[in-house]
Amino acid sequence: MRRSGWLGLYAVAYLIFLYAPIIILPLFAFNDSAVIAFPLSGFTLNWFRELTGIEAMHAALRNSLFIAVMTALFSTLLGIAAARAATRYNFPLKAGIMGLIMLPLVLPEIIVAVSLLVVAVQIFGMPLSAWTVIAAHTLICTPFCIAILNTAFQNLDPALEEAAVDLGETPQSTFRLITLPLVIPGIISSLLISFTISLDEFIIAFFLTGNEPTLPVYIWGLFRFPARIPVVMALGTILVAVSIILLAIAEYYRRRGLARAGQKDTGGFL
Amino acid sequence: MFSFWTQDFLSLDTTPTLNNYREFLAEPLYQELLRRSLIIAGSVTVVTVLLAFPIAYYVSFYVRPERKSLWLFLITIPFWTSYLIRVFLWRVILGFDGVVNTALMNLGLINEPLTFILYNPNAVVITLAHAFAPFAILPIFVALERIDRSLLEASRDLGENAFNTFRRVTLPLAMPGVVASVLIVFIPTIGDYVTPRLVGGPEGLMIANMIQTQFLRLNNAPLGAALAVIAMLSVTLISLAFIWLTRKYLRAR
Repeated sequence: MRRSGWLGLYAVAYLIFLYAPIIILPLFAFNDSAVIAFPLSGFTLNWFRELTGIEAMHAALRNSLFIAVMTALFSTLLGIAAARAATRYNFPLKAGIMGLIMLPLVLPEIIVAVSLLVVAVQIFGMPLSAWTVIAAHTLICTPFCIAILNTAFQNLDPALEEAAVDLGETPQSTFRLITLPLVIPGIISSLLISFTISLDEFIIAFFLTGNEPTLPVYIWGLFRFPARIPVVMALGTILVAVSIILLAIAEYYRRRGLARAGQKDTGGFL
Repeated sequence: MFSFWTQDFLSLDTTPTLNNYREFLAEPLYQELLRRSLIIAGSVTVVTVLLAFPIAYYVSFYVRPERKSLWLFLITIPFWTSYLIRVFLWRVILGFDGVVNTALMNLGLINEPLTFILYNPNAVVITLAHAFAPFAILPIFVALERIDRSLLEASRDLGENAFNTFRRVTLPLAMPGVVASVLIVFIPTIGDYVTPRLVGGPEGLMIANMIQTQFLRLNNAPLGAALAVIAMLSVTLISLAFIWLTRKYLRAR
């Protein structure tokens, strides 16, 4: 281990840069002033209390939760299929097909939003609703799910499945008894990640929601009213706390999955 | 395909036409927006990757192996929290009576608030450099992790100093990661309209803002689609040119 010196200092400074917004957010959520500026004037829980009374926000929250749950389910299911296919089987054009599936990861989000808007409204004549958002979010979440599930399936030793079949299990019961328990941590972290992405996503949702806004779209609307901004800060504090808890759980399951498969931990989500 | 049609308020004329592209060429505003978007996205990319490289280097070379995933986790957390809220908070941090200005005034370093950090392209660059940080760090980190450490020792044994070892061994081997992170930052940056709208001010608006306006406000979806196609094409061309240049550069060595 070498001395880190300046580089270590830089790393800490960089982390402060990364965390600055998240550290400042709760300060204003509890600050007793309608103006978002320093110096802070006092402690209050009023903004949180005000949150409970806004009916439109509750509707937006319910809408967002529904979309996020459906997105998590669909994209994880698609992710399982793709990751299973990619790790176990070889088929023609495999690299090309997988590349195409991963493409939404690097496409500018506005391009995804605009093209889906055009496809949904002009070609299929679908009205904009929660379902158009779910379709779009599934599209952008699936690559993340595949990335997580790929590692889960790669760490799965095929010999274990073969052993189960040799010992007289049917393919169905092998999947249920052997494959599933070994990859379930990957599935849980994939569900949580796609849930979090969908809950926070704004750029696409803004184009596709129609008249039932999701929570981020609703927040965007609130930015226009300076008096409501402390409420947004309070709401944001709750959202950030929930995201961090969900991510910590996802990370915990990812590590447990690695430990179960007997692998060494090599790093983050992507 | 849609971009070749015309829309007249709510009715849609499906005869193919190049009018939308002609309008792009005729209207200097659109070209100015596209040029500005490319410049902003370019500076965001340069800033983000330059800031990210030392971090990736630090985590890969100096952090103990069992602590690495904790560091990566810490780096990725801010990325997963609400994007809108983060961008809005940058407005709070950089604003006229925001955190940066208040702190600098209290320290006596400046006498009046700095105005060049909000509602202009600088603010967009800072905010996006924050938003895309993990995207830049992770590919470089992966590339650095793959470098065989014995190569570095060999270089040192053969008499190169630390700086030359870095320049002639580490950097070329890390190039694939750098290229990946440049692309992964540059391409999505073009499509962002939240940051320019919230912190960019009139000078910081980008092509995506115009696409959004055409679709949702002016009801001219085909022109919006044409702008999207043009933006996409320019991004693709620049990315391909960049990949080609780095390939050539690496092969020449």
